[in-house]
Amino acid sequence: MELGVTLRKLKEKFGDWLFDVGQAFGDDFFVAHKDKVVEISRFLRDDPDLRYNFLIDITAVDYPQRRPRFEVVYHFFSLPFKQRVRMKVPVEENHAEVPTLISLWEGANWFEREVWDMFGIRFSGHPDLRRILLYESFEGHPLRKDYPVNKRQPLVGPKIS
Amino acid sequence: MRNELMDNVETSTPVSTNRMRLSIGPSHPATHGTVKIDVELDGETMVDAQVEIGYLHRAFEKSCEQGNYMHPIPYTDRLNYVSPLICNFGYAQAVEKLLAIEITERCKYIRVIMSELSRVTDHLTCIGASAMELGAFTVFLYLMKAREYIYELIEDVTGARLTVSYVRIGGVKADFPWEFEKKTRLALRKTREVLDEVDRLLTKNRIFYDRMRGVGVCTPEIAIQYGITGPFLRSCGVNYDVRKVTPYLVYDCLDFEVPLGIQGDNYDRYLCRLREMEQSMRIVEQAFDRMPKGEINVDFEGRPMSAAEMRDLSKFGATEGLLRRSVNAEPTLAGSERVFSGLVNIPERKVMLPPKEETYSNIEGLMNHFKMVMTGHGLRPPKGETYTAVEGANGELGFFVVSDGTDRPYRVRCRPPCFPTMAALPHFLIGYSMADLIPTFGSVNMIGGELDR
Repeated sequence: MELGVTLRKLKEKFGDWLFDVGQAFGDDFFVAHKDKVVEISRFLRDDPDLRYNFLIDITAVDYPQRRPRFEVVYHFFSLPFKQRVRMKVPVEENHAEVPTLISLWEGANWFEREVWDMFGIRFSGHPDLRRILLYESFEGHPLRKDYPVNKRQPLVGPKIS
Repeated sequence: MRNELMDNVETSTPVSTNRMRLSIGPSHPATHGTVKIDVELDGETMVDAQVEIGYLHRAFEKSCEQGNYMHPIPYTDRLNYVSPLICNFGYAQAVEKLLAIEITERCKYIRVIMSELSRVTDHLTCIGASAMELGAFTVFLYLMKAREYIYELIEDVTGARLTVSYVRIGGVKADFPWEFEKKTRLALRKTREVLDEVDRLLTKNRIFYDRMRGVGVCTPEIAIQYGITGPFLRSCGVNYDVRKVTPYLVYDCLDFEVPLGIQGDNYDRYLCRLREMEQSMRIVEQAFDRMPKGEINVDFEGRPMSAAEMRDLSKFGATEGLLRRSVNAEPTLAGSERVFSGLVNIPERKVMLPPKEETYSNIEGLMNHFKMVMTGHGLRPPKGETYTAVEGANGELGFFVVSDGTDRPYRVRCRPPCFPTMAALPHFLIGYSMADLIPTFGSVNMIGGELDR
C-alpha cells in the first residue's frame, strides 16, 4: 500500500520507535513507543510538510487480553494540508504512564485528565492530574473493561467547610 | 473592555486588595447547563477562574459498549440535545465507515437537510439565550418562535422534537413526509423574517454592542492551542469548517460560505452564528433543489391493505402473492414502508432493518428483523477502528469507534466540540469584569450533554 507523506516521513525519522504504520478504513495511523510521544508530536506539529497544528482528541482503549493492556489514542489534524493522523501508544498496566503533551498543546490538559479519570493512565509531567468528569472519592476507573457496568458507588455531596 | 486595573493593581490602587472567591453554579440561572465556575475577584475584575465540569456525566461511552451497534443511537440524541440530529448522523457515519457501506444519494441529501435545520435551531437557541441574559428578553422570545417553526419540521419528519433517534445505520428511519419541501420553504421564509427582526434589534443596539464588543477575546493561537473548533474558532478568523475542509455527505456539491470573524470577541461570535444560519438555510434550499426525486408519493400497485389484515391472512396460510403486495403500515410507522424505505435506505439485509410491513407480514422479513435486533446476532463490522468527524453546531464532533468483530461496539468515543472551549474558558474570563462572564459563557454555547457525556 502506498503510504502518505506523513507516514513516510515518520518512518524515515522515527523508524525504530514505530511498531506499526499503516492505513485502516481510510485513516492513517501509526503505533509509537511511549518514550517518543512528545518528540513525534512535536515533529508532526512543526515539520513544514506536515504541520499538524490541531490536537483533536486524546482517548484510550482497554484490551485486557493484550500485553500491553492499554492503548492511548491521539488524533491530530493538519489544517494547512487537510490531513488527519492517528497515533496509538501501547501502555503496560503496571506502568501506566505516558508523557504529557501540555508543553505542545494546552488543550491536552483536559483530555489527559479525562483519560486518567476513565482509564487510570497517568501522564507524567501533567501539572494538575485530577479527575474531571467524576468526583475525587470515586473508586476505580469506569471505562476499564473490568469495571462492572452495574456497579454503584455512593454519591458524595460537596464538602462543607 | 479588558480592565487595565489588572496590571497595576499593586501600585495605583490604595483600595483594599482583598480578593474574594465566588462560585457560580453548578446550578445558576445564568449558566444554562450544570457547570461550576469558581472565580476569584479583585473588586469587580476576575483575576482567576476555575471551571469544574462533570455534573451531567451519564456514562455515555460505557453504555455504548453494552448493546449492539444500533443501541447507542438514542444516546447520541442526548449528547447535544439542541441539535441531536447531527450527533445521530455523526455516529452512524462512523459505523458505516467501518462497514464500508455507501448510503443512497437521497439519504445523503436528507441527512444534509436535517443537519442544517438542526444547526439553525442550535444557533437560534444560543443567540436567544445569550441575548436574554443581557436583558433582551424580546429577542429570546422571537428566536424561540423561530425555533418552533423548525422544531415543527423536525417533528414532522422524525416524530419527536428533541430525542429524535432518526438515523439508522445505512439510512434513516423514514423518508420525508408529504409536502415537506413546501412546509420547509415556508418555515425558512418565516425564520428569515424573524432573523431580520433580531438583526435589527441586536446588531446595532448600543447596549448589546457595548456588552459584546471586545469582551471574551480569543486569539487564533489560543484557539488552536486548545483545539477549539466551530463558530468559536471561526470568529477569530481561522477558516476551519469540517464541511468544507474534509467534506462528507454531499457538502462538496453544495454552494455555501463559511462566515469568519476578525476580532474573536463575543460580538464576532454572535455575528458568525447569525450568518451561519443564513448559510444553513441556503444549504437546505439547494439540497431540496438537487435532491434526487424518487417516486415517493405514487399510489401503491394493487389493493392497499393493512399490516394486521395481511398478518391474519398469513396465519391461515393465505400467503400466495403476499410478498408482492403492498400494505399500509401502522400510522405510527408512516414513511418507513417499503416504497419509501427503498429510496432512503441501502438494500443491504445485513445492515438495515427491513421495512415494517415485511417484518409484520412475512417470515423472511421477521427473521431479518430478528437477526438484526437480537443479542448475539446483529450488525457485525469487521475488526478495526475508525474516526469520523462531522461539523456539529459547536464545532468538530468526532466519533472514534472500535470494533472487535462482534455485534457490540468495543469502544465508542465521542469527541465533544465544546470540551476544548470549556477548557480554555478561563482565558476569556480573566481580566474582564464579573458581569462579562455572562455573555462570554453564553457565546461558548456549552451543552452539558455533550460536554460531560
